[in-house]
Amino acid sequence: MVEKSVQEINTKIEDGSVNVVTAEEMVGIVEELGAEGAAKEVDVVTTGTFGAMCSSGLMLNLGHSEPPIKIQKIWFNDVEAYSGVAAVDAYLGAAQNSDVRGIQYGGAHVIEDLLRGKEINVHATSYGTDCYPRKVLDTSITLEDLNEAFLLNPRNAYQKYAAATNSSKRILHTYMGELLPKFGNVTYSGAGVLSPLSNDPEYQTIGIGTRIFMGGAQGYVIGNGTQHSPNNGFGTLMLRGNLKDMSPDYVRAASFTGYGATLYMGIGIPIPILNEKLAASTAVRDSDLVTEILDYGAGSRDKPLIREANYAELRSGSVEIQGKEVPTSSMSSFKNARKIANELKEWVNNGKFFLSMPVEGLPRDRKVKPMKQTQAVPLVKDVMSDFIVTIKKDQTVRDAAKKIWENSFNHVAVISDSGELVGLVTAWDISKAVAENRFDSVETIMTKKVLSCAPNEPVDLAARRLDRNGVSAMPVVDTQTRVLGIITSDNISKLFARRY
Amino acid sequence: MKIKIIIPTDTIHNPIIAESMLETNVLLNIMVANIDSTYGELIADVKDSQFNRIKKALESKGAVVAVLDQPITRDEEECVDCGACISVCPMKVYSFDENWSLCVDDKKCIQCGMCIKMCPHGALKLGE
Repeated sequence: MVEKSVQEINTKIEDGSVNVVTAEEMVGIVEELGAEGAAKEVDVVTTGTFGAMCSSGLMLNLGHSEPPIKIQKIWFNDVEAYSGVAAVDAYLGAAQNSDVRGIQYGGAHVIEDLLRGKEINVHATSYGTDCYPRKVLDTSITLEDLNEAFLLNPRNAYQKYAAATNSSKRILHTYMGELLPKFGNVTYSGAGVLSPLSNDPEYQTIGIGTRIFMGGAQGYVIGNGTQHSPNNGFGTLMLRGNLKDMSPDYVRAASFTGYGATLYMGIGIPIPILNEKLAASTAVRDSDLVTEILDYGAGSRDKPLIREANYAELRSGSVEIQGKEVPTSSMSSFKNARKIANELKEWVNNGKFFLSMPVEGLPRDRKVKPMKQTQAVPLVKDVMSDFIVTIKKDQTVRDAAKKIWENSFNHVAVISDSGELVGLVTAWDISKAVAENRFDSVETIMTKKVLSCAPNEPVDLAARRLDRNGVSAMPVVDTQTRVLGIITSDNISKLFARRY
Repeated sequence: MKIKIIIPTDTIHNPIIAESMLETNVLLNIMVANIDSTYGELIADVKDSQFNRIKKALESKGAVVAVLDQPITRDEEECVDCGACISVCPMKVYSFDENWSLCVDDKKCIQCGMCIKMCPHGALKLGE
């Protein structure tokens, strides 16, 4: 039995006798010495991760202006921050996009620009009070000018993350990068063998108050992250660190095409080897860490599971899906994760970094819940017109014109003898036929490739389809393609008119 | 040499690639083609000596032709060596070395631009 305390390890750091290895090196050490031998030998295992962490942001204090202002709205380089906290405090979210430049530039970019010493334009507005009379403020600041500039990141350092792929026929632009059609690629995130929480999955040493490597500075774990879901191995951390001490090597702005701004954070956590259980858990390998490959093609919250895969498979460069070798891409940098684990190791070795035990552990029995939604999503059948004018395909253009005129309806569904939808004729089609002097059967003038939808589809999906195809109406059909009604852009505008 | 042919919306319904090839007898080896009902973009290989002829023919029919003589370039300051580009490149330009540093074999590049959209750090550029 090996039992060590953090105090004993810190004494060793002080006198320079501490033995620190990275989580990658620990794999071989435990293989060779066993968990007990490794626990005797090794005092600290360092971890590292470097990837997109959208749930990050900067809490800052500007100092008071003359005359003073109680800021209600504020922008940094046209990126809006939240300022409903006192007068000159603001929280700038990494994933907030610029009002002017769009998704190319966001809160993350302002954070990186501050860190690189650049000047940032500030625009703020207020309503004016007796104690804070000012209503508008324009200035420019650098990181130095701020009283406080703390990264307060609500959800960082996911224990592991689901990989992404795409079964649909079009390229998807996602926060997991470009997903090519028909399982063209798989993207994944996470440092595997070096992942901080995966090396201490019972959270024995990681909790509130754990001192960590954060963006190149010393920071702290301040609790579990949002969406912390330890029951299925998706734990997360909430972190705090002083931006003024950080380095742009480990805090990097990014933008995903079609998605938006995000912040790449470098995080490293030292794990004190207090007993052989921790020695064993820090020997975790890529092949031990299993995650899911999910299909982003559906566009809904519950993404279908395509298969499971471990990090060794994902990092090998390809995985098999439906008998095909599919190339993989990492969205996080293993090279930088390794650099962080090594830098943290140096810090501890050189007596620059001391370990701390958490004052409170992280929740270990929890699972993330979906959103409670009180408003039912309206379905096509709730808003469609169940009255639709139909015409048989062998009737004449004149018959169609008459039907449109009698019913004051712009669309006529063309049906076969057995009642199935075969086409659509609009008032425009008829005008065109008349202009061209064509009066034979409607079959010759109708649109044959008709978009249609099902009665149980959500209205927003139907609306997106109308919009993408540039049409104003779609017949609603049952599973036998019999016409039940029609949904038009009019129906959809009425839905919104009712709502607001 | 590799060339990029853009077919704008107003000529998308005309078979201008086929017309140009028939008219000039110059063969284009089409390597990438993204064409839909509104816009088209192709990357093709053509013999240096025949380039001017096919360019003239294509442009007379409304296409925009550009020579792709600069393969992809990587800004090493911006690149974080994540490897996002690896799986979207049809030509396997990108790979990791044994230290998980990104390697770029730009001789294979057909300048399709897929990796540019994929790169979260804006580290990849064409035509510079």
